[in-house]
Amino acid sequence: MTLGGDARTRRSSNLARSDLRLIADLIEPGSRVLDIGCGEGILLEYLVREKAVVGRGMELSQEGVNASVARGLSVVQGDADTALSYYPDQAFDVVVLSKTLQATRDPRAVLRQLVRIGNNAIVSFPNFGYWRIRLELLLRGRMPMTPSLPAPWYETENIHLCTLRDFVALCEQEQIRVERAFTVRDDGSPRPISSLGLANLFGHDGVFLLRRS
Amino acid sequence: MATDTSSKSPEIRRALPGHRLLIGKEAPLQLDCGATLAPAVLAYQTYGELNADKSNAILVFHALTGDQFAAEDHPVTGRPGWWEVMIGPGRPLDTRRYFIICINVPGGCMGSTGPKEINPETGKPWGLDFPVVTIGDMVRAQIRVLDHLGIDKIFCAIGGSMGGMQALEMASRHPERLHSVIAVATAGHHSAQNIAFHEIGRQAIMADPDWRGGRYLEENAVPRRGLAVARMTAHVTYLSEPALHRKFGRRLQDRRALSYGFDADFQVESYLRYQGASFVERFDANSYLYITRAMDYFDLAADHDGVLAKAFTHSPARFCIVSFTSDWLFPTSEAKRLVLALNAAAADVSFVEIESDKGHDAFLLNEPEFHATLHGFLNGTAERLGLPTGDLTPIDLGDRDPGKERIS
Repeated sequence: MTLGGDARTRRSSNLARSDLRLIADLIEPGSRVLDIGCGEGILLEYLVREKAVVGRGMELSQEGVNASVARGLSVVQGDADTALSYYPDQAFDVVVLSKTLQATRDPRAVLRQLVRIGNNAIVSFPNFGYWRIRLELLLRGRMPMTPSLPAPWYETENIHLCTLRDFVALCEQEQIRVERAFTVRDDGSPRPISSLGLANLFGHDGVFLLRRS
Repeated sequence: MATDTSSKSPEIRRALPGHRLLIGKEAPLQLDCGATLAPAVLAYQTYGELNADKSNAILVFHALTGDQFAAEDHPVTGRPGWWEVMIGPGRPLDTRRYFIICINVPGGCMGSTGPKEINPETGKPWGLDFPVVTIGDMVRAQIRVLDHLGIDKIFCAIGGSMGGMQALEMASRHPERLHSVIAVATAGHHSAQNIAFHEIGRQAIMADPDWRGGRYLEENAVPRRGLAVARMTAHVTYLSEPALHRKFGRRLQDRRALSYGFDADFQVESYLRYQGASFVERFDANSYLYITRAMDYFDLAADHDGVLAKAFTHSPARFCIVSFTSDWLFPTSEAKRLVLALNAAAADVSFVEIESDKGHDAFLLNEPEFHATLHGFLNGTAERLGLPTGDLTPIDLGDRDPGKERIS
């Protein structure tokens, strides 16, 4: 597993990615936060500096880890599929998994770990139900490639893509409560999800605040 | 070949520069083996200035054959200090901002009490009558120096290899005495393979007729051949095949053809012979036995019901664990065990693996990514504690670059 889709854009500027801004807004100042798949630590650094969180990170790529530690952040090299089981229950107030779930080998197991080690979990992922993706598959008959999902099917790291509906169904099945849910639309603005059907069609990303029931 | 220090070294060593802490009989060192040690001496060096509230101290733990002369020309060998690339103005351990302390371990041979010093009970060198010391004993002894300096809590404990073991031991046993820990190229225990290599070294020393059952100093002998073989074996474990290949390959030493004999035909042989020969001029054979033994005995988990995480429960310190890709003596897998244990203890841990083909020795060498990482970690910690931060100065070592070979 590695960082999903467009994670590399995190390097560019301070929370340029709209889902990261939204995630940052969902986190209370002073919380204990674990950012899984933290890349080079852009979100984590923002949270530590602006929200005084007690921040930890986990990242698969060694380059990302080294860059994060060189920023003064506490980050370990690790794989969300295997390393999370070592953390104690409720070790964190919030566990963040942004644009990474779809790249894990066992998303359901990872999801269970998230709500075990965090009182809350924030999960963001690209919505495979987004209308452009549906249209591309329908009209061209080829695996969709979008700015969110730029790699061709044979070399994508995103091996477990899902739609917003799929994700909500998995949460129900796992008895994980969705506290708050947002989509990010074409203009980059986050909107609370009121109609799952519309969100599933027009949102290219989903951001969910979760809690175990 | 090695510069000849053998004739002058006894005088030089008696007059070794630096600080001494004398431990008197009123408060002896309590050792894990049950014995006590007093009177005893701890020799140490410091670099930089201790600030007014004594909050900027970094304790540097040396490795097996290192000593307290970490960042200055060595008084015996005349060579640069073993961690000059790490300690100094504009270096990760910046002497403009931090007060660096480095202490010769008990059992060592650079001024601290060890098997070559005189046993006050007998008036003769200790030899094998010296009690076996552990990593725990080393740390307890060094904390006495902190007490002496009036330092309640150090900013950072840092070390590589055996130095890393001491840093972890201090974090586990004395968490109230430190803010952060950097453990480099090390492990939570000494592996069977590492014990095996140490045993080869010890057997080589003890098989040398000049070892004289450990009483060579009384009999004016030095087990040079045994200690040199021990060093040669150990030295190979500090390198990697790519590093050896790059440095020597199968190139021949000062000759065009094989000699069909047992001279040092190959450059690698000549290099190892040189390493062995120069080592015996600065290191005591019995100290080598004692310090390797201390490393063998190290097992943090065993002291905590076999659960490594328990060694770090409720530790408030920031940890930074570092490994190197080509280090097969203390491989990344060992570092990862430490990291998982620290995660399980909900400790504040960073872990980096540095790409290097220089093997275990990489921790002593000029590795810019390694240094940048430590600099970031220390700056981040300094920021949290309200201490000044600073920038790294790019290293231009010129002919002092230790990239060619290890110093310690």
